[in-house]
Amino acid sequence: MSNMKKNISHLVLPLSVMALLIVINLIKGADYFTISMVNGAFYGNIPNILFGASELVILSIGMTLVTGASRGQDISIGVSATITSAVFVQYVLQASEVTLFTIIVGFLLSCVTGLLLGAFNGTLVSVFKVQPMVASLILFTGGRSIAFMIDGKLSPILANDISNKIGTVIPGVPVQTAIILTAVFIAIVAVVFKTTNLRLYVETVGINPNAARLNGINPKKIIFLTFLIMGICTAVAGFIAVNKAGRHDSVNLLKLIMMDAILAVAIGGNSLGGGKFSITGSIIGAYTIEMLNRTLLRLEIDPAMIKVFKAVFIIILMVVASPVVRAFMSKNLDRFRSWRLSSSQQKGPISTTNIARKQGE
Amino acid sequence: MLSETILEMKDISKSFPGVKALDCVDFKLRKGEIHALMGENGAGKSTLIKVITGVYEKDAGLITLQGEPIHFKAPQEAQNKGIGTVYQEIMLCPNLTVAENMFIGRSHSPFVNWKQMNEKAAQLLDSLGIPASPVQELASCSIAVQQMIAIARAVDMDCKILILDEPTSSLDEDEVHKLFALMRELKERGVGIIFITHFLEQVYEVSDMITVLRNGKLVGEYETTSLSQIELISKMLGNVLEDVTKLKKHEPIVSDTSIPVFEGKALSSSAGVRPFNFAIQKGEVNGFAGLLGSGRSESVRAIFAADKVTGGEVRMKGKRVKIKTPLHAIKHGIGYLPEDRKGDGIVEDLSVRDNIILTLQVLKGFFKPFSRKQAELFADEYIKKLNIKTPTSNTPIKSLSGGNQQKVILARWLLTNPEYLILDEPTRGIDVGTKVEIQKLVLNLASKGMSLTFISSEIEEMLRTCSRLIVMKDREIVGELRGTDLTENDVMNVIAQGGKNK
Repeated sequence: MSNMKKNISHLVLPLSVMALLIVINLIKGADYFTISMVNGAFYGNIPNILFGASELVILSIGMTLVTGASRGQDISIGVSATITSAVFVQYVLQASEVTLFTIIVGFLLSCVTGLLLGAFNGTLVSVFKVQPMVASLILFTGGRSIAFMIDGKLSPILANDISNKIGTVIPGVPVQTAIILTAVFIAIVAVVFKTTNLRLYVETVGINPNAARLNGINPKKIIFLTFLIMGICTAVAGFIAVNKAGRHDSVNLLKLIMMDAILAVAIGGNSLGGGKFSITGSIIGAYTIEMLNRTLLRLEIDPAMIKVFKAVFIIILMVVASPVVRAFMSKNLDRFRSWRLSSSQQKGPISTTNIARKQGE
Repeated sequence: MLSETILEMKDISKSFPGVKALDCVDFKLRKGEIHALMGENGAGKSTLIKVITGVYEKDAGLITLQGEPIHFKAPQEAQNKGIGTVYQEIMLCPNLTVAENMFIGRSHSPFVNWKQMNEKAAQLLDSLGIPASPVQELASCSIAVQQMIAIARAVDMDCKILILDEPTSSLDEDEVHKLFALMRELKERGVGIIFITHFLEQVYEVSDMITVLRNGKLVGEYETTSLSQIELISKMLGNVLEDVTKLKKHEPIVSDTSIPVFEGKALSSSAGVRPFNFAIQKGEVNGFAGLLGSGRSESVRAIFAADKVTGGEVRMKGKRVKIKTPLHAIKHGIGYLPEDRKGDGIVEDLSVRDNIILTLQVLKGFFKPFSRKQAELFADEYIKKLNIKTPTSNTPIKSLSGGNQQKVILARWLLTNPEYLILDEPTRGIDVGTKVEIQKLVLNLASKGMSLTFISSEIEEMLRTCSRLIVMKDREIVGELRGTDLTENDVMNVIAQGGKNK
């Protein structure tokens, strides 16, 4: 099944990093996988990772698509999520009574906001051909002020029952709501990929926009579309984040998460230069980053030093995964294989029958 | 003719996973010799070159440069030893000036004397007759001029061996002759030149010796004067030589008075072609002839709306239609195989399968993806039909040879079953065997009722396949030739006449 092998080869990196982290954690304490029931819900290291990584996973999916089509990254995602969630919070707070309906309308409003923000970035990138990072720098710089204007600088608190349930658990369901929402989102993305040509179009545009255009694909539309999808991703991530926190903090909500999202895309084995991509890789990458954060905490590293350790880990990871090291490894692997092959075969005279047969064909 | 050997390669072998690219190949280059390296795509020419220049390491064998064994690990080492290489694809920096491109990375001093560099560049450009200014940005030069600058760069290095890998594929005849003059000049100076090309005439015009490779094995080394063209072709192809002269073109199925499949009036595009009229009948094969830059490609691109359409009126089978984007053209049954295979045709990292189904998939729609199984069926069907050499349909297209990539693009269009298919230079830079296959395919498709436009820089190819030739000069149609016994001279006359009438 060489076919199968090829399909998972790009997942080797994120999966091996994950395995390494698990080993480190098991050495630290054998109770790593222990899951306990607290108030009718699962708690433990694994549920914590799944819970903590929710927003990052969702944003990494959007980042993968934007990277694939536009060959660049959107650095405004954390800020966009802050704006969309500000809209959500404002709508919920002005309601006299918070019902499920209020929450859903508020969420849909934040999705519309996300689409508008995505359209803004998307227009700059696809129509005006601004580099994605520069285009999204505009929102990155000014976005938090916009969020301030919407939420009235008051860091409003979401003190209602439904938000509480979304942020933690729904009684009777043993899994945190954020984990369920993330799973549903991933499932929807999977369905979208199954029922549309999104992958083929995005990859074609990312690899060769000229060829895409001559074969009837409009690269501008596809790049714009990926930014719209990113807009939805920021709305969902903002929704989860603000319900988790219980209040809207325009300064710190999902601060600098774009760095982790870009990293997740890279760990997932994707080229940041666009083209072929793996959503699965990015998702695993996102969970790996969360796992790394929590591993460093579990190892009781001085909180002031945690970022240094994270940086060192990532440097090692990126060097190991770099094309230079990969080429070196595969070269030596080939050499080893051919050495084994030649030592197992008897050296004979050069066969001429091969040529004759080829000519006869 | 037995002068000193400068480069000798003995029993060179090189394998890639699953392929033996070179199998005990010998090669000898003498001082002051132009040595043509011939073979089909995949015969091992490029691999041999890359072994010489240190891009690849050989698995086995011995290379001696002027009697001294060498073992290059990096291209830079080969360059330092006086081996200069010019590749088919231009490997220069388009955003730097001409002079910077010629001298970049040469000097060991951290400082640059701009004035001196520009003067030196101007001198060299002048002596080679290259129409470019040293301070001009490279991107503003035509592809042909860029190619000549790349050659100038290699020549300027104090070189003993110059390797030219398909240097002429983007040059027009005049420029080719300038290049040949340059090659002869270098030959006089004692430089050994290895010359790779697909143009047989050029081999006979300029080379002294020919080495033929086939399937990674050495067929033999011959003196050019003692090997006839037909012998050379048969050595390159093995015994599967198709007699190209057996190809027979035929007249369109219906008469001129019937409604054409495609009819364009006063078409023009942003690429700057003068408004022109053009029509093609069912089952007709026509060609656009003209020199490089005459507007052949621009015209067919205007038909397909590959460039921004600025005016004109289009009728398909008599019905007025709007074609403003490539998608419109595809929907109305027009296909276009672009001239620039790498830049406009292939989607390099995608599989052969995805490359084949791409356009049909776009036609079917964003929300209706083919199942993997269906896609594989389509891909396998055309891999078989067009005899595409690829390990599997899942292989990335970039790892195929040029000729096979071109077949994949052809498959992509044939799958959409177009009524009118435009092939812009489908035979450029591919091996003789595939060239013949493509010409046969064109005639075969036409006999089944497809209308085709076939453009080639090699006029004979068009004479063999087209029943009508539209002659262009200076972005204008200057004449039209039809008939079965046209010759190259007829075309040349029309081009020359077209100039006089103006």
